Amino acid sequence: MNAQLKPTGSAYFIARETETHETRTLSVLVDNEPGVLARVIGLFSGRGYNIDSLTVSETEHERHLSRITIVTRGTPHVLEQIKHQLERIVPVHKVVDLTVVARERGQDRPLERELALVKVAGVGDHRVEALRLADAFRAQVIDANTEHFIFEITGRVSKIEQFIAIMQPLGLVEVCRTGVAALNRGAQGMQ
Amino acid sequence: MVNPKDDTGRAEMTGAEMVAQALKDNGVEHIFGYPGGAVLPIYDELFQQEDIEHILVRHEQGAGHAAEGYARSTGKAGVMLVTSGPGATNAVTPLQDALMDSIPLVCITGQVPTTLIGSDAFQECDTVGITRPCTKHNWLVKDVNELAGIIHEAFHVATTGRPGPVVVDIPKDIQFAKGIYTPPQQAPRTSYRPRLQGDLEAIKAAVHLLSEAKKPIIYSGGGVVNSGPEASHLLRELVDLSGFPVTSTLMGLGAYPASGERWLGMLGMHGTFEANMAMHDCDVMLCIGARFDDRITGRLDAFSPNSKKIHIDIDPSSINKNVRADIPILGDVGRVLEDVVRLWRATVTPDRAALGPWWEQIERWRARDSLAYKPNDDVIMPQYAVQRLYELTKDRDTFITTEVGQHQMWAAQHYGFEQPNRWMTSGGLGTMGYGLPAALGVQIAHRDSLVIDIAGDASVLMTIQEMSTAVQYQAPIKIFILNNQYMGMVRQWQQLLHGNRLSHSYTEALPDFVKLAEAYGGHGIRCEKPGELDDKIEEMIAVKKPVIFDCRVANLANCFPMIPSGKAHNEMLLPDEATDEAVANAIDAKGRELV
Repeated sequence: MNAQLKPTGSAYFIARETETHETRTLSVLVDNEPGVLARVIGLFSGRGYNIDSLTVSETEHERHLSRITIVTRGTPHVLEQIKHQLERIVPVHKVVDLTVVARERGQDRPLERELALVKVAGVGDHRVEALRLADAFRAQVIDANTEHFIFEITGRVSKIEQFIAIMQPLGLVEVCRTGVAALNRGAQGMQ
Repeated sequence: MVNPKDDTGRAEMTGAEMVAQALKDNGVEHIFGYPGGAVLPIYDELFQQEDIEHILVRHEQGAGHAAEGYARSTGKAGVMLVTSGPGATNAVTPLQDALMDSIPLVCITGQVPTTLIGSDAFQECDTVGITRPCTKHNWLVKDVNELAGIIHEAFHVATTGRPGPVVVDIPKDIQFAKGIYTPPQQAPRTSYRPRLQGDLEAIKAAVHLLSEAKKPIIYSGGGVVNSGPEASHLLRELVDLSGFPVTSTLMGLGAYPASGERWLGMLGMHGTFEANMAMHDCDVMLCIGARFDDRITGRLDAFSPNSKKIHIDIDPSSINKNVRADIPILGDVGRVLEDVVRLWRATVTPDRAALGPWWEQIERWRARDSLAYKPNDDVIMPQYAVQRLYELTKDRDTFITTEVGQHQMWAAQHYGFEQPNRWMTSGGLGTMGYGLPAALGVQIAHRDSLVIDIAGDASVLMTIQEMSTAVQYQAPIKIFILNNQYMGMVRQWQQLLHGNRLSHSYTEALPDFVKLAEAYGGHGIRCEKPGELDDKIEEMIAVKKPVIFDCRVANLANCFPMIPSGKAHNEMLLPDEATDEAVANAIDAKGRELV
């Protein structure tokens, strides 16, 4: 969202960027109170960090805890800063870098899933092809009439991207995506 | 309070009564504020009690800086009370100032009634939205039964961990509503738990590294002052035990005494040659409660290239932010220093001789006398004015505040601070107009002390209206203006960066400061000759009311030494080398883009 060309810090520094950018998925456990999402988003925009995806919902109703999942990009140095800056926010309980945890456990990455609703309005062969491909991607038809389908598809981001790209020439009208939900594999929780 | 309390201290009262009660329960004796429509119920409550003294300022920004000065000089939270809309937006500058300098500041704002929020009502603004990025935390109170708990939590958040500003926004209907008051408890929210105790293994490793250092340096900051007097005491103890040289940031001045034999002076952009050279050449750096700000490090990729760095800080986001720490120690500076000193005593056999060559090198740098200036018998040199002020006030119970600019740097360079909490200045945000209201806040907290704002002629005009407040509350603050008719630091940068084209940095129509002082009901003094300086400073000290001292100094004096932007610690521009040509060529094209 916010293109980060230089590492954060004052313009006083002539900083040379030698570290490469990587993508990380962060899970942030927060008190579900007014303004908490604004604090998190404001931190990213104010300090020039990237947000590739953001998902939020209350996950523990009795304790009023919400879980925010953020996919972000940056140099390892900036990513460390992002984690510490998030931890400074008063209603933030815990920040876990799921990508780092996955790597520590010898896995490539955490479990990440996204849901998308994809509206396609094709005619003739396009209509048949859309339905056939949806089946191949295990997308469900959740609404249809003689002129359109709405598909529901769940999967990794790359699968969603691929599905949308394929639907483009077949009469893609519009797409709505949830953003990434993510957990680490295994028995332990983030707390 | 007319309502009986039960044995837990809970009682029914209105929101406005709760505000007053919560302030008292948090030990507040003074607040700085300005009334308005959305805080009238709270002001009505203040009128009917005598425990809290309210100081009526002339502008909300003044209330904020006064509360900051109060906080910085006492170690307690400063409290300000303002109305909705413009009251709140005027508070933004001091809030950001307090955020950057880690000052505990509790700001209570009135808000339009909850039923009107979002309707663009008269004097409505999104206070929590506007102040979110410039506070440590903020709250909009929507239920009167939560009000007391929120105020207690606000004081807790403001004063613990890395201190900072907080805002509690209270809609007017909540101030009228009745609810149950709950007293402060020791059960703060679970998500906010600053870590105080440092990791002992890291501290052991740090002590070991320090004990083997051949060219060590201690670089201390505002965190030592914030941690409390004990931390300053421990810093002095560590310096005495180890024999290490010590330098400090602008915010940390006074934690180690300027008269101490291990003192190198301030470091950074306008720090001393010896402090900056020692930072550049050291082999082990102990950073205590400082944050490697750009004004400290100079060019980052050339910053202290050959040293191992130990960084003690209470804020994890300060560690590894700008400079990579070899041994990070997360915790309260005072607690960590306690462990460091204890371990040092137990495990280290000091070898003072090993530091001999390092101190010889430092003495050679010191001999460059980087704060020197050309004395003048006809014109008052600004450095001389600060030196005389220091000599004539150092044996008194003195507090110094400043505005922002050349005068601030001269004050930092030439006024010697022996104790913490005696020096109030806007470091991080660089807020012109900070010093006069801050001096007011200090004077309210220390009625019998000598409180001096070392000011510039441009800065002081930004909050000059608080002279009226000082007169009203018989706060005999002394405004010592180094008047050169320029925004001196702006001009200095124009000379360095912009071919001496002095675009709008000269004030052609300054007021007559002596008459201005008299107009406010204060006392005015003008001094134009070096020979009259001492007598007039004595006069200023003797007058028992607010004084504006118009000290006419050399107009074109510049502040050296200086690390030009984009340069490293070992590339300082020293005063005797700062010819017009050197000044014009000090900064290359790349450095010119920097702030």
